Amino acid sequence: MKTPVISVKNLVKKFGSFVANDHLTFDVYRGEIFGFLGANGAGKTTAMRILCGLSAPTSGELMVGGYDVYSQTEQIKRNIGYMSQKFSLYEDMTIAENIRFYGGIYGLSVKERKAKEEVLLSKLSLQGERDKLIASLPLGWKQKLAFSVALLHDPQIIFLDEPTGGVDPITRRQFWDFIYEASADGKTIFVTTHYMDEAEYCDRVSIMVDGRIAALDTPEKLKKQFEAADMNEVFLKLARKAKATE
Amino acid sequence: MNRFWGFVKKEFYHIFRDARTMIILFGIPIAQLLLFGTVITNEIKDAHIAIYDQSKDEVTQEITTKLLSSGYFVLDQYLESTADIEAIFKKGKVREVLVFEAGFAQSLEKEGKAKVQVIADASDPNVGKLLANYTSGIINDYMLKEMGEMQLPMQIKPEVRMYYNEGLESVHMFVPGIMAMILMLISAMMTSISITREKELGTMEILLVSPLRPVQIILGKVAPYLGLSIINAVVILLIGHWVFGVPIAGSWVLLMLESILFILMALCLGILISTMAKTQMVAMFISMIALMLPTILLSGFIFPIENMPVPLQILSHAMPPRWFIVILKNIMLKGTGLLYVWKETLILLGMAVLFTAIAVKKFKTRLE
Repeated sequence: MKTPVISVKNLVKKFGSFVANDHLTFDVYRGEIFGFLGANGAGKTTAMRILCGLSAPTSGELMVGGYDVYSQTEQIKRNIGYMSQKFSLYEDMTIAENIRFYGGIYGLSVKERKAKEEVLLSKLSLQGERDKLIASLPLGWKQKLAFSVALLHDPQIIFLDEPTGGVDPITRRQFWDFIYEASADGKTIFVTTHYMDEAEYCDRVSIMVDGRIAALDTPEKLKKQFEAADMNEVFLKLARKAKATE
Repeated sequence: MNRFWGFVKKEFYHIFRDARTMIILFGIPIAQLLLFGTVITNEIKDAHIAIYDQSKDEVTQEITTKLLSSGYFVLDQYLESTADIEAIFKKGKVREVLVFEAGFAQSLEKEGKAKVQVIADASDPNVGKLLANYTSGIINDYMLKEMGEMQLPMQIKPEVRMYYNEGLESVHMFVPGIMAMILMLISAMMTSISITREKELGTMEILLVSPLRPVQIILGKVAPYLGLSIINAVVILLIGHWVFGVPIAGSWVLLMLESILFILMALCLGILISTMAKTQMVAMFISMIALMLPTILLSGFIFPIENMPVPLQILSHAMPPRWFIVILKNIMLKGTGLLYVWKETLILLGMAVLFTAIAVKKFKTRLE
């Protein structure tokens, strides 16, 4: 029996007369890697911001981690991790200082935080570098570190907003290994991406076009449904269809 | 509370590790204070003059000696003809020429009057006016002393005293102005820059997604600057007092409380700016143009408000530093208590509340 961790029914978000999210309905299950795809301006970032509590929905029923988006944002914030496309650690602070800071704002006790710090550093084999400034690390390391820091407070759900933008393919692949590992630990991953090859790595994928969910299924089924060789083709076919109906 | 201190600590890392921030915070205020305190001055010292003495008698000698011993003037040379006057002004060094008419002492004795012409270089009008005033002041003084013996039929003798600044030291006026300017710069500009920096780096999103409340984030960003600004205020007052001899006649406690009020107001303004600006650059420009220039030009810091055109006088009411400078001058120079500055204090308080209200509203709409 699969339990939904994120449950969205008829989410509508309007900015004035512009409808950014037009009746979105979907569920995300525990331990799943859920890909949230769409062209720029299709409304995926808006939807993600609403789920994170950064923005209020216009209407619709939304539950995140078992909490109501309208009234329980506080609990939601404690149960989610977030990493954005813009790099999210402080460049002028050392690795250890960043870990301490993020541990602090999530209210970890000193003991908890120290234990986590050791685990995290040994996992990334960065024990020797803890007093290095983030600015001195290569981008790939920064990203892995940012992801690990987003997991510091043991969130149920992790939101990743285009986490691999601007990274070389090998580092991207390594980054996905991290995502798989977190998902194997029972974390739910909600990820937006531009890269269609990354869509193939997801358990299920939703594709947004003009504020609506145009398709939602496993990558295999979507490819079959659209008679496409890869996700890129699925995406192009959907985008073309949207243009034709305009 | 722990969370809050962690946040403040992080803010201090940013401040102490950025050379530019450190210079703006600690280098510029002191440099500005020393510069303004020593460079800008309304007094005249050692102005070069030339004298064309056609009489060369006892009286003209005495007047000349009196002028030169005043400390305001230095004799460049004696001129021999009217044509020299134009020539010596063109060289640029000499600021004023005195021409004594021929037979000066004689006509003074016989007719009771004699003429001396004062020609000042008014290419800098303020300096020219000052020089002429000083000169006629000294000559009048000489006259009064001499005439005293001669018994004029009637005499009105004004005795002038310059209250609260007997020595007419211009630095007494500048220190309060510089203090207002520096506190405005540090508090408003630095907070707005540090908040927009988090926006630019994308870390603001992470903070907003975290369990920290927006109020905590803002307080955490502002608290370090509040502390640093208070330190700066104290440093400025100490330098003003010990280096430039500006008196602090009133209560230190009241002075510090008023300074903290002004700093808080400026911090609110900084937060307000950060809600409007998306990048550090924009925040800096808004702070510079919307805060610094009016602070310098419209607050009465350098140019007297009474001399401004009426529309600008009205506009100057909206400038927070204007009120702060009044408060500072009252407490520092006149030694007055809260009783005399409560109106200005209330205005600053009102401004702080207003800016906070707008900033909170803007912050909320940004989050939708």
